[in-house]
Amino acid sequence: MDALAHAVPWLGKRHPRAAGWLVIVLALAAPLIAAYFGRSWVRILDFALLYMLLALGLNLVVGFAGLLDLGYIAFYAVGAYTWAFLASPHFGVHLPFWLVLPLGAGFAALAGIILGTPVLRLRGDYLAIVTLGFGEIVRIFLNNLNHPVNITNGPQGINALDSLSLFGWDLAGTLRLGDFKVHSLYLYYYVFLLCVAGSIVFIRRLQISRIGRAWAAMRDDELAAKAIGINVRNMKLLAFALGATFGGVAGGLFGAFQGFVSPESFSLMESIAVLTMVVFGGMGNIVGAVVGALILTALPELLRYLALPVQEALFHRVVLDPEVLRMLLLSLAMIFMMLWRPGGLIPARARYARPELLGGETR
Amino acid sequence: METLLQQIVNGLVVGSVYALVALGYTMVYGILGLINFAHGEVLMVGALTALQTVLLLMEVAPGLPPLLMLAVAVGVAVPVCMALGYLMERLAYRRLRGAPRLAPLITAIGLSFLLQTLAMIVWGRNYHTFPALISTEPLEPVAGVFVTPVQIAIVVISALLMAALVLLVNRSRLGRAMRATAENPRVAALMGVDANAIIALTFIIGAGLAAVAGVMFASNYGIAHYAMGFMPGLKAFTAAVLGGIGNLAGAMLGGIVLGLVEAIGAGYIEELSFGLLNSSYQDIFAFVILGVVLIFRPTGLLGERVSDRA
Repeated sequence: MDALAHAVPWLGKRHPRAAGWLVIVLALAAPLIAAYFGRSWVRILDFALLYMLLALGLNLVVGFAGLLDLGYIAFYAVGAYTWAFLASPHFGVHLPFWLVLPLGAGFAALAGIILGTPVLRLRGDYLAIVTLGFGEIVRIFLNNLNHPVNITNGPQGINALDSLSLFGWDLAGTLRLGDFKVHSLYLYYYVFLLCVAGSIVFIRRLQISRIGRAWAAMRDDELAAKAIGINVRNMKLLAFALGATFGGVAGGLFGAFQGFVSPESFSLMESIAVLTMVVFGGMGNIVGAVVGALILTALPELLRYLALPVQEALFHRVVLDPEVLRMLLLSLAMIFMMLWRPGGLIPARARYARPELLGGETR
Repeated sequence: METLLQQIVNGLVVGSVYALVALGYTMVYGILGLINFAHGEVLMVGALTALQTVLLLMEVAPGLPPLLMLAVAVGVAVPVCMALGYLMERLAYRRLRGAPRLAPLITAIGLSFLLQTLAMIVWGRNYHTFPALISTEPLEPVAGVFVTPVQIAIVVISALLMAALVLLVNRSRLGRAMRATAENPRVAALMGVDANAIIALTFIIGAGLAAVAGVMFASNYGIAHYAMGFMPGLKAFTAAVLGGIGNLAGAMLGGIVLGLVEAIGAGYIEELSFGLLNSSYQDIFAFVILGVVLIFRPTGLLGERVSDRA
């Protein structure tokens, strides 16, 4: 939390306490402020929180442990499809969320270990390509496992997923507090916010724990880490499994929130998008992942909002549609960050991370 | 038996395209130790530039013989792609030469998606028909195997280009400088080799080959679109790793082997998996091969380099 407060411009350095409260108040009030501009912005905030969970999880793998994973979205898919299988009319199974979400997280962790075990020896760029292949294989299976037995319903995806319901209280409905009605989007926002806050606390503790320091040592110099007695194999598997768990949880929440899953949501572009958020915010840095996810989810939407009318006025037609704008923004963010500010928007502090060493030795 | 022969022919054709692209990966990796992730997009730019040229020619000079039209199209696509390759090296990778290993790779991924997006803006999301300038009608079947003229052209031109490249690298002064730079850039520089120029040239040659491969790919399948480069790029990378990355002969061998495995595998996957899987799983072969090779024989079929060096 104090790290997040420190990241607040100007105020963070002078009055960290005030900045901390400011962050909390902003986080709590954000959907109300967003609602002023229209309900779709609340929805965007909800998605920003999901992306934060993903970015936090991927940051664990890429930033802390130095393992470049380009197939991260596969774990998101595992979580989402677990939800779709166990809580939707597709198989007619409707298990409660406190069973499905942990199961989804568990399956994702298992998938993380399944991916991690064979690639233990690979480093850097090779690891990246193999994990990319893994992500694509998962997507190809999701796309094609509707034949001969229909498991995933193929490219059409699975519809009408159960919504999140806590203690018999369905988040998809509108909450009535006397005369006051709270829309489902706000309810999801606060549930997601709770998840993100919990994750930040957890990851923060993890980072300064024995495990987090072992990861940092391994990332900076694998050989030296081995020499001081770190079990590199287990640490790598743990990084994959824990990172995947976050993906799985986010996936389950996504399924419940969206009510619909299809392979299209788990394309390589999404893996790259999450990676860009981590890189843009600053690898190896919790605040970086959070800020990166927030900015890179909100900015394309903002561009959509601003750029479309401008284009209509200038060319009388839409030259760059929102999806193109998003890809353009993400790819440019990735390239220019690497060229000009490799540490990211908020570079990791030297005590826990040495961004100049990320991913192995300099040549 | 006839299916097998037919699939072998198809595999050889696709394999030679992979081989051409794989050469670009392997040359760059041999010198810089960098996976130029955006190399597949060069193929796409080559194909779409050629398509644009052909469409233009058809409007301006409709009477032109198709072969000449294709030659002009290639003549335009190759320099465009070479310029693109040079620009990528000059503007992005050169600045990252001393950077930690993840930085160039992330930049390359960014470049790949940037090129795709730009192509999407210029050429739209649709699939374009690539005119059959060399006939795609099968000739008289030999032993029950159908071969099209364009397939023959692909195999012959690939073989010629590869032979030329091998000669260039092994026999010419320039090739010697390239090999020296790959061996040790600093010592090569001391011997008077301009390492920067050699590296730029490597990118340019690789991009030129990818441009030709792109035209071949588009002619063979009759389509071109903004995302067509990604999969062949990944597969060519797999081919380069399979043959032993950094090794020219390995890239060619890897390309052919991968093409064969893919074509034969796609033909038989349904029988082999008892009807569980079908040919829509074709793309999985490349990834599985890549994983298996990297895990069990990271030096590839012919390579001597240790894969996780540095």
